Amino acid sequence: MSGGTFVGMPAFPAAAREAVGDTTLRANLRHATHTIRNKRARAVAELSDWDLLREAGKQIKDHTLRHLDRYLVQLEESVERAGGTVHWACDAEEANRIVADLVRATGETEVVKVKSMATQEIGLNEALEAEGIRAYETDLAELIVQLGRDRPSHILVPAIHRNRGEIRDIFRKEMADWGRPAPDGLTDTPTELAEAARLHLREKFLRAKVGISGANFMVAETGTLVVVESEGNGRMCLTLPETLISVVGIEKVVPGWRDLEVFLQTLPRSSTAERMNPYTSMWTGTTDQDGPNAFHLVLLDNGRTDTLADEVGRQALRCIRCSACLNVCPVYERAGGHAYGSVYPGPIGAILSPQLRGTGSDIDASLPYASSLCGACYEVCPVAIDIPEVLVHLRERVVQGGEATRGGNRVMLKPAKGHAAERAAMRAAGLAFARPGALRAGQRLASRTRRLHPRTLPGPGRAWSASRDLPEVPVEPFRDWWQRTRGDGSGGTTEGNAQ
Amino acid sequence: MRVALFLTCVNDTLYPETGRAVVKLLTRLGVDVDFPMAQTCCGQAHYNTGYRHQAEPLARHFSDVFGSDAYDAVVTPSGSCGAMVRELYPRMGERARAEGRGDSLARSVAPVVPKTYELTEFLVDVLGVTDVGAYYPHTVTYHPTCHGLRALGLADRPSRLLRAVKGLELVELPGAEECCGFGGTFAVKNADVSAAMGTDKVRNAESTGAEVLSAADNSCLMHIGGTMSRLRTAMRPVHIAEILASTEEEALS
Ligand code: SF4
Repeated sequence: MSGGTFVGMPAFPAAAREAVGDTTLRANLRHATHTIRNKRARAVAELSDWDLLREAGKQIKDHTLRHLDRYLVQLEESVERAGGTVHWACDAEEANRIVADLVRATGETEVVKVKSMATQEIGLNEALEAEGIRAYETDLAELIVQLGRDRPSHILVPAIHRNRGEIRDIFRKEMADWGRPAPDGLTDTPTELAEAARLHLREKFLRAKVGISGANFMVAETGTLVVVESEGNGRMCLTLPETLISVVGIEKVVPGWRDLEVFLQTLPRSSTAERMNPYTSMWTGTTDQDGPNAFHLVLLDNGRTDTLADEVGRQALRCIRCSACLNVCPVYERAGGHAYGSVYPGPIGAILSPQLRGTGSDIDASLPYASSLCGACYEVCPVAIDIPEVLVHLRERVVQGGEATRGGNRVMLKPAKGHAAERAAMRAAGLAFARPGALRAGQRLASRTRRLHPRTLPGPGRAWSASRDLPEVPVEPFRDWWQRTRGDGSGGTTEGNAQ
Repeated sequence: MRVALFLTCVNDTLYPETGRAVVKLLTRLGVDVDFPMAQTCCGQAHYNTGYRHQAEPLARHFSDVFGSDAYDAVVTPSGSCGAMVRELYPRMGERARAEGRGDSLARSVAPVVPKTYELTEFLVDVLGVTDVGAYYPHTVTYHPTCHGLRALGLADRPSRLLRAVKGLELVELPGAEECCGFGGTFAVKNADVSAAMGTDKVRNAESTGAEVLSAADNSCLMHIGGTMSRLRTAMRPVHIAEILASTEEEALS
């Protein structure tokens, strides 16, 4: 299972069912997410101006998105002035082709990679493999996922679903196929596992002539790219190779260096609960005798300008991929990252993927419903993305269809299939609620037949009563009690007033 | 002060005792309560499931019923329906305007939005009371439902009210701020995840040893209570209004 594109995924409820039943997975996820969420809360509480930083981050991103065309052109000029080359890619296919051509032009067949969501989004590793180029992931968790022929299940900790024993087994079994084998007698202690990964990776860093990265930020003013990380492997990939290719989503641009002040405070605290990232690497074009002598920036759209065209949904582009929303989400905690069928799991994935990919597939149409709308994600988001608002907005698109932008054109979307019965029920309920008399008749019928109501339901209601009993229907609805006891005046007989 | 009780369609149909408790409580505090019989549903289920346009007539109907100058305030014993009116009605008005359908929805909901209060909010902020003279000799743990907690920002209002109840011992619920997994249609559309969340909530509640789990939303209590019943937990779900309405003379069992 090494596909990066997640095609043919079942809809979320079915995918989540398996994870919910896997007690080891649930325990792993619960432990990991609760630890990091508590640490995050402490790291955030240390800053007295957190709310202001959050608001500033939101505004910087909104401003940049509003003038995205201008800042991207400025960025292009700055990067080229500094000796880099800029390429524009409208979709995954184009981006993959650009990167493959650039690698082939160097004559190399191996590349080292800095952990990057954008390259996962476009399935770059698989595309390169098809061209005979092997891409080596160098982030520890990413390495575990790659060696295990697995899919990432978290933005920041892609191997969050694996425990130490599983990691040891993967290293022992797979490392030799990819380069330096695991040391003999490798145990599952964290130091031994880290040392095995270090030795395995060192060989790659020293051999590779091409590095591929994403970026957390791009500064339009100077053409500087920024990568923040914890392990330092990224820095090796960014400095040792002769050619560096960075694939970055167009929404990652910020106007100037001053804007970084905000994000370099909010990102580490939200993601790893650190005050500062252990490694912050910045590079601007190329410099003689220092670092790569060729630098290529591939600016990736892949559904982003379509998303930008949506008034409510565009706020998803503010995301700085901190993963705080995943760590706090009760649904992610139980369903796991794979159930989202996308490189972006959790709450942000539930709003970003159906916008970038459209709501045509079963999995994408089910993602806006993969939330109880509890709002914990919005509360922690360092750029104040109102994820519940976007979820509801996308639900509307799924059940009703409506206008959206796809491939730069305004199109009318049809409702996703399978919602006709629900739509009819909602309409019927709407009509009943518009007439208090109808509601009351229904209540009375329910009360009169209360002895006949089962506590479990057949048909679609089974989803409720498989795990929960139903409440008993009362003898008398409130409005009947009110009328019986107060119906003599006091406004109690105003039925029909507002019709 | 004259107050309109917006009971919500769920309470009216399934939990009339909550409505009777609110009437009893507010009347005891000297408030003149009316129940406009034309009220139905705020439209939350429609809105949250993606049927915003179908929710619009319900928002208008709500505003027609409750917008009347005859009422100083609208009080509801439901955090999520309160949040629907206060947070989402204005947003619906904005969206209708953005879609070129004019101001009429925004204008129609405008009078009712600022005067709608969730019950505990009304007691603490408007009436300025935390001790409502209640008596309830039980150990209680409180689940702050998501919309009450995050959308309305009820904060410690419910627990301040509960702490002032004579005979009541309030015990802290571990993981209190985590969603119980109800989420309206989520409970059915993602039943497995919802049930897992509900089970964890019940286990946490059980660990407190309390006799009663209270909340300000009967729909969450329906989900939690249904789970308790299935798990044969010796704990009862009780709406906070019923606890606050209970007195020494007329104790709730
Ligand atoms: S949506 Fe917000 S909280 Fe979630 S990853 Fe993006 S920035 Fe972080």
